[in-house]
Amino acid sequence: MTIVEPVTTKTKNQQKSLRIAKLVPLLVVTAGAIIVVVLTYTLPPFRNYQLATIGAYLCVTAGLTVLTGLNGQLSLGHGALMATGAYTLAIWQNKFDLLLPGIVLAVLVTTVAGAVIGLAAARLRGPYLAGLTLAVAVVVPSITSTFDRTFNSDQGLSVALEPPPGTIPVEQWQAWICWAGALLTVLVLAYLVGGRFGRDLRAVRDDETAAKLAGVGVARTQIMAFVVSAACAGLSGALFAVLSQSVSPGAFPLSLSLFLVMAIVIGGLGRLTGALIGAVLLVVLPSAAQSIAEKAGSQHLEGNLALTFFGVVLVLVMLAAPGGLASWKARRKLPTQKG
Amino acid sequence: MDRFLYLTFDGLSRGAVYSAFALALVLIWRAARIVNFAQGAMAVATAYAGYSVADATGSYWLGFVVAITGGLVLGAVVERVVMRFVDRSSPLNGVVVALGLVLIIQGVLGMIYGNEYRPAPAPFSRDAFEIGGVALLSRYDLFVFAAVGAVVVLLTLLFTRTSTGLRMRAAAFAPDVSRLLGVPVGGMLTLGWALAAAVGSLAGMLVVPTELGLHPNAMDLLFISAFTAAVLGGLDSPVGAVAGGLLVGLLLAYVGGYLGATVAPMAVLILLVVVLLGRPDGLFGKAKARTA
Amino acid sequence: MTDLLEVDGLTAGYGAAPVLHDVALTVGAGRIVAVLGANGAGKTTLLRTLSGLLPATSGRVTFDGVDLRGVQVERMVRHGIAHVPEGRGVVTELTVAENLRLGSLWRKRKPGSKATDLDEIYDLFPALAGRKNHLGHQLSGGERQMLAIGRALAAKPRLLLLDEPSLGLAPKITAQIMGLLRDLRDRTGLAVLLVEQNVRGALSVADEGIVLNLGRVAARERADKLAADTDLRHAYLGF
Repeated sequence: MTIVEPVTTKTKNQQKSLRIAKLVPLLVVTAGAIIVVVLTYTLPPFRNYQLATIGAYLCVTAGLTVLTGLNGQLSLGHGALMATGAYTLAIWQNKFDLLLPGIVLAVLVTTVAGAVIGLAAARLRGPYLAGLTLAVAVVVPSITSTFDRTFNSDQGLSVALEPPPGTIPVEQWQAWICWAGALLTVLVLAYLVGGRFGRDLRAVRDDETAAKLAGVGVARTQIMAFVVSAACAGLSGALFAVLSQSVSPGAFPLSLSLFLVMAIVIGGLGRLTGALIGAVLLVVLPSAAQSIAEKAGSQHLEGNLALTFFGVVLVLVMLAAPGGLASWKARRKLPTQKG
Repeated sequence: MDRFLYLTFDGLSRGAVYSAFALALVLIWRAARIVNFAQGAMAVATAYAGYSVADATGSYWLGFVVAITGGLVLGAVVERVVMRFVDRSSPLNGVVVALGLVLIIQGVLGMIYGNEYRPAPAPFSRDAFEIGGVALLSRYDLFVFAAVGAVVVLLTLLFTRTSTGLRMRAAAFAPDVSRLLGVPVGGMLTLGWALAAAVGSLAGMLVVPTELGLHPNAMDLLFISAFTAAVLGGLDSPVGAVAGGLLVGLLLAYVGGYLGATVAPMAVLILLVVVLLGRPDGLFGKAKARTA
Repeated sequence: MTDLLEVDGLTAGYGAAPVLHDVALTVGAGRIVAVLGANGAGKTTLLRTLSGLLPATSGRVTFDGVDLRGVQVERMVRHGIAHVPEGRGVVTELTVAENLRLGSLWRKRKPGSKATDLDEIYDLFPALAGRKNHLGHQLSGGERQMLAIGRALAAKPRLLLLDEPSLGLAPKITAQIMGLLRDLRDRTGLAVLLVEQNVRGALSVADEGIVLNLGRVAARERADKLAADTDLRHAYLGF
């Protein structure tokens, strides 16, 4: 049984290092912001676009790694949540063209959707949860066909956007927006995860019964985890809508949700740095696959080579780790007694 | 009333396919305690193989046999080469590995065949013929009923009357004890996967002519519907899988017929939520200890 | 009489710490050998190592001259060893008839041989004959024990490894089972390695007794001598 961390009075030195430790996420994020800004001035436009895409992915991978890595809930439906955010932004922009309120609205709407799914998901475990979220991923895109007056079915919607201020190139502007969102997400998550919420998440993941006995509200924690990760997915989707200036069901297929899972597993489950690695993989691997496909001159290879490669890496990674998913979780546990 | 009857038979025909696919999922669940999330992709792969052979040789039936045989082989290979090595400490490991397989299979199929919808014609007419003045069933529907019925009968006979079936059941219920009695538990597991995949391939071949065409993602919705059916019936219950499949088929037919075809997937999702929250063990499922 | 089972220097365990240390014993054909000892002495581990469920770290196990090291669990039945595990292992989702048939199935693999005629088993256990189609979980504890033994006998073993058959059973049924073992030994020459907490019952039918203590053989003696040795009983068996 895991033991709840005891409350002890800390020495002055310990208090000081705690205060410094609490600043680390802020420092990292600030450093990250500086690095991104510098990069955007030095990189060519296409690379800036890729950088922006990494930022957009980082929002959702960060949220998903908290949900799946720290809380143990496997969601196969986060692509659909991204679609929710993206479509909300698109519809808003086409009416009002105010980007920041639009993004906020997209996050709010997706948070509500996440709460709904989370309420159902909190009672499910393992393959049942996976099946439910898989169904969400497969079914939700078809809503665009059912309500085709609003969503315009398969053709999707274009997203109205103001051009960037001054003489800033579009791609640079996109990178700034996406990374503003990504760094904010990482900062918020780092603080959430470093505190009581993070402990509760891990406690519920490792041993539900023990967590309950220690006073952790299991269902509440799981729903909150879903809600938080949904908010991140909504932000990510909105940012993708900004990046591609259009939304369509084809942009959020089932394979997107599977890619997200792959990204956080390979990157390192449960760690925010792992989320970053996953986001980079999600951009770099398809790009590499595309150059191979172009050299081979085959149209069929495009996209599908990336799919196959992702799948192979995922299977190999899962089989190679002796403990499966568990060995990829970074855990700080008090020594436990095996009964 | 005519429409209702027509939809009922249409629903039963689809439902039969869901029943078969759900049986495949239940078989593997009972044998290995894994939900085979790759079952849809595996069925698509064998359907592609089947239709390629059919196109090349002009014989649908040869393609049909190839697809089912391919399922046997693919199921055995997946179990031996991949699933056997999955760490059993968490059920999520099997799910994630299966998803990796889905990516691989869909990617490879896309590379070989492309992502356009390929025509997949049915071996029998899909026009409904009249019974008592009402257009109810097509010859294809009869074929579906016959095929699924045959599968159910054969599987029942296998499991209840044959030594192999007894070995398979024992290996699933009590692997250690079965080993002590000389049952090759590993081999029985492989056989279970092979049979399940073959049934899944059969279901896939039956469903493809009713869809827009063959496509790497063509069976995603079939998987969801069959998963819902299996959960509705109880993951442990083959009888439940058949009943669940028929119920889901009927539901989709009525919803699609009266509310519009695009609403049908939503109905599956809602049904799944209702079952998972209301009666997670399903209609026929019971959790109980396996040896004493 | 040659020894059917010869064990020498057997060491085995779960993980880092071994449970059995350097165990040596023999079981002759047509002999009942009782394995006694306190809880945790390694009795169950011994049987599991012999049937292959647990790999041995060192030592030699020979059955009828054949080296059993490395033989897979599934093949033990072919050599003539049947193990009735702790807890009986009756498959509750199968019927009595199916459980019994399961025991006899391995013989079908030889071309031209039929599965053991299960009537012999029903003759031995009339209580089971009346409940052929009942599921395993519908049986009482005593009936399950009989089913487990009957199933093992259906495999036509020459050596029966029997783990605590009297556990949870009324004395009358225990006596029945012990009597049955004696009969089988006398009639068919069946050898039995019998792990038991019920010392009196075991020693009443056994030819020899082995006492395990903390994974080592503390004593190896004829059954009647063991039963009479009060010091030994006090030291290792708790009474």
